Amino acid sequence: MNAALLETRGLCKNFGALEVARDIHFRLERGARHALIGPNGAGKTTFINLLTGLLAPSGGRVLLEGEDVTSLAQAKRVKRGIARTFQINQLFRGLSVLENVCIAVTERLGAGSSMLRPAGRRADVLAEASRLVDAMRLGDDAGRRVGELPYGRQRLVEIAIALGLNPRVLLLDEPAAGVPSAESHIILDAIAALPRDIAVLIIEHDMDLVFRFAQRITVLVSGAIFAEGSPAEIAANREVRAVYLGSALDA
Amino acid sequence: MSAAATRNPAALELAQRHRFRWWETLPWLAGIAAFFAFPNYLAFGSQLLIMILFALSLDLVLGYAGIVTLGHAAFFGAGAYTVGMLAQHAGWTEPLSGLVAAAIVAGAIGLASGLVVLRTHGLTLLMLTLCTMALLEEAANMASHYTGGFDGMPGLKFAPLLGWFAFDPLYFRSQYVYTLLVLFACFVLVRVLVYSPFGQSLTGIRENLLRMHAVGAPVRARLVIAYGVSAALAGVAGGLFTQTNAFVNLSALGLERAAGVLIVLILGGYGRLYGAFVGALVYLLLEHTLAKAYPTAWQIGVGLMLIVVALYARNGIIGIGDALLRRKGGAR
Repeated sequence: MNAALLETRGLCKNFGALEVARDIHFRLERGARHALIGPNGAGKTTFINLLTGLLAPSGGRVLLEGEDVTSLAQAKRVKRGIARTFQINQLFRGLSVLENVCIAVTERLGAGSSMLRPAGRRADVLAEASRLVDAMRLGDDAGRRVGELPYGRQRLVEIAIALGLNPRVLLLDEPAAGVPSAESHIILDAIAALPRDIAVLIIEHDMDLVFRFAQRITVLVSGAIFAEGSPAEIAANREVRAVYLGSALDA
Repeated sequence: MSAAATRNPAALELAQRHRFRWWETLPWLAGIAAFFAFPNYLAFGSQLLIMILFALSLDLVLGYAGIVTLGHAAFFGAGAYTVGMLAQHAGWTEPLSGLVAAAIVAGAIGLASGLVVLRTHGLTLLMLTLCTMALLEEAANMASHYTGGFDGMPGLKFAPLLGWFAFDPLYFRSQYVYTLLVLFACFVLVRVLVYSPFGQSLTGIRENLLRMHAVGAPVRARLVIAYGVSAALAGVAGGLFTQTNAFVNLSALGLERAAGVLIVLILGGYGRLYGAFVGALVYLLLEHTLAKAYPTAWQIGVGLMLIVVALYARNGIIGIGDALLRRKGGAR
């Protein structure tokens, strides 16, 4: 069996007696468009936190291209190409949109420790950050403070920051959460336009988005994988419909 | 500069942010002008410059990196006692190398304590910085054989600057020029730091710690280094304090000094380089004039001012100026 880009083997996480991840065996293939769905409290965000190293697992392993990264700190995993967005915006609210992206690009290039040269002289950083900001169609707001932007546009800054890390794996935690439906198409377009060579794992409650976007779907219930398959298989799965999809698909 | 980076006005703004602006010469011109205009106030001027340097060092950690500390006088005191003890016990009276020693000792204490206390945040961090200072203060009090204990070390003698300019408290003028030059050198260093990618990453840590981890930044290391640099600069300020006053005692590292510099920075505006200048000037002028009029109650005036700033001008006096300029710009 060849190694997946990102893989977990028997991943477990307990908070005391509460099991939030139970023996999760999961594979994310190169260039995948993979969705993670499940009811609230199923442990989806916890699973992402385990993948990125924000949380340490109670058991099991995380492998990146077959290499064990379970004990690597979050920052080291970012350097190896695992980037994420947060369910609730985690941005530098007092800084401009462009600065937000610049900070990510600067860290990726390993220039964040440089003390003597002005940040503004890094034309390479500025050019790349500008390109990403334009790609997210944030060009007109590049100089505005992130805290002043409407929530939907802030979500795009989240994605731009993650792309600034030049990831091989992109973990999107409910990218359209909190965005008014009139603006959600902006997020959808941005996700649809992501480079094909990036493997994307998306947590989302919006089933339209999930079934439009995903080639593969994993259903998580109570911290364990309940079902996995193509969108057609998941849509046809009676048990999944019973526990989760029912109303969303019938509607 | 590539065309892509300059196309967007925001990118252009970032690319030019570190450049010197004409008004940045004003504080230094004022410093030089004061030398000629107020020959009788140069001792006061030296203490003002030292306060600016101390507040500037605090700005680096508090204003830029967002490290909330109540114990920054620990490093001021470490520098002050280093210079004092070297002069008293080792006969090391050469002033410039004394400042270097002060920076090294204070910086080392900053790095060592930073490695421990910067694992925490918020109130815990605040308390631990206070504890660090209390430990040093008590050590200076107990080790009276070396530090002079409660009385400190009065009547210290220092060699003339560059073997030529005497600057004990009777020689106000060389003292003032010396302090101004040291402040300028330290300011240039801080300014370079805050506009560097390193300084940008400190701002990132202040704005969002979680996100900074998630872009792969070694957050702890950055904070510890910033804390060490800031401690070294505070140590230089403390060293200047000892050299210009020719004494050092426990007042160099108490809570009163730590709180004083915090007030200065909040008054002036933190995270904006020049807040230290404005804050120190206003604070010392206020202290000076109010203490003349109401010798026992001058702190009431400072307290009232602080309340007004905390309630109505969260970005300090400089912030008020910013807001006025922006309003004017918006009206145009």
